[in-house]
Amino acid sequence: MSDAWPLWEVFVRARRGLSHTHVGSVHAADGETALQAARDLFTRRQEGVSLWVVPSAEIVASDPSAEAELFEPAADKAYRFPTSYELPADVDHM
Amino acid sequence: MSQAQFDALIDADERIEPDDWMPDDYRKTLVRQIAQHAHSEIIGMQPEGEWIARAPSLHRKAILTAKVQDEAGHGMYLYGAAESLGVDRAELLDRLHNKTQKYSSIFNYATPEWADVGAIGWLVDGAAIANQVPLCRCSYGPYGRAMVRICKEESFHQRQGYQIMLTLSEGTPEQKAMAQRALDRWWWPSIMMFGPPDTESPNTARSMAWGIKRYTNDELRQQFVAATVPQVELLGLTVPDPDLVWNEERGQYDFSEPDWAEFATMVKGEGEIPNLRISTRRNAHTEGEWVREAAVAYAEKQQQRERVA
Repeated sequence: MSDAWPLWEVFVRARRGLSHTHVGSVHAADGETALQAARDLFTRRQEGVSLWVVPSAEIVASDPSAEAELFEPAADKAYRFPTSYELPADVDHM
Repeated sequence: MSQAQFDALIDADERIEPDDWMPDDYRKTLVRQIAQHAHSEIIGMQPEGEWIARAPSLHRKAILTAKVQDEAGHGMYLYGAAESLGVDRAELLDRLHNKTQKYSSIFNYATPEWADVGAIGWLVDGAAIANQVPLCRCSYGPYGRAMVRICKEESFHQRQGYQIMLTLSEGTPEQKAMAQRALDRWWWPSIMMFGPPDTESPNTARSMAWGIKRYTNDELRQQFVAATVPQVELLGLTVPDPDLVWNEERGQYDFSEPDWAEFATMVKGEGEIPNLRISTRRNAHTEGEWVREAAVAYAEKQQQRERVA
């Protein structure tokens, strides 16, 4: 079954003003039926106002073993964060 | 990633995600558990589905239809989580159909009366929730996320079930007697849903070390009894256990040992009801074959047209 029906990743916009967020996946023959399945599976209780489905095979993902080299350097750069600047109490809300 | 990195993530109570390296046994344990969980959801549609056409009002029909549809959805979330571990959904369904993977033995009991629908929602879904809430923090990310969605939806299931029991308990003496019969039928099977006692559950320690399981079977069972007994009292019904008594010293209920021989028989899945569950499921799958094929044929034709255009 799933050999014939490819996998689609489903993204839901919870309400206007928010981005679409990944919620799960469905099997479907094509985009249109993937949307119908996603609607039935993920939005039965007003969870969203808009749906995206994307073929899972089209997702390009970073390599989990590269997690350290990709994301750890940011930890040494505290100066990128506003909290690393101590200011006088009078301007503390800056 | 390596074993050391995996261990470090588990020790830090972080989540493992699909592309991460993981020990074979961790993967196998999860596939077995998630598949069994998914199978239980879709087989669980049957005992209640039998009551949709016979529900006593349009409102109850609508509620029950929504609940059964939720169970199908829960199955889909869980098959999705299992697939993220590299198994194929079709293969999992085959294994359900040829009985090499199990579903929860709770669905091998009959539902002869309307009050059973109430008792299932209240007790069976209640026990499922007690099991599933800690699974929201399971170390495997996709399983935990599926459980969060499921728990959100499951709450309505338990409440509608209890409300059926409440309505019957406040009804005629015959209705109240029917509610009591349903409680008598479902109390022990629900208690046994938490699985064998800790002394007989060899895999619990390993699953807890991996952060798949957060509490032992007996801890969850105790929790369930503590939450449920006051609800029984509110209905004015009686728990079918003469030895059930509040133990002031332990701050817990004492209760009798369930009939584990019956549990073992039900888990084997032999007999009329288990055969009916599997044949119903298999027929639904076979009868849907032409729909699956037609959808693929249509999708291929559309793609060809697009290419020509």
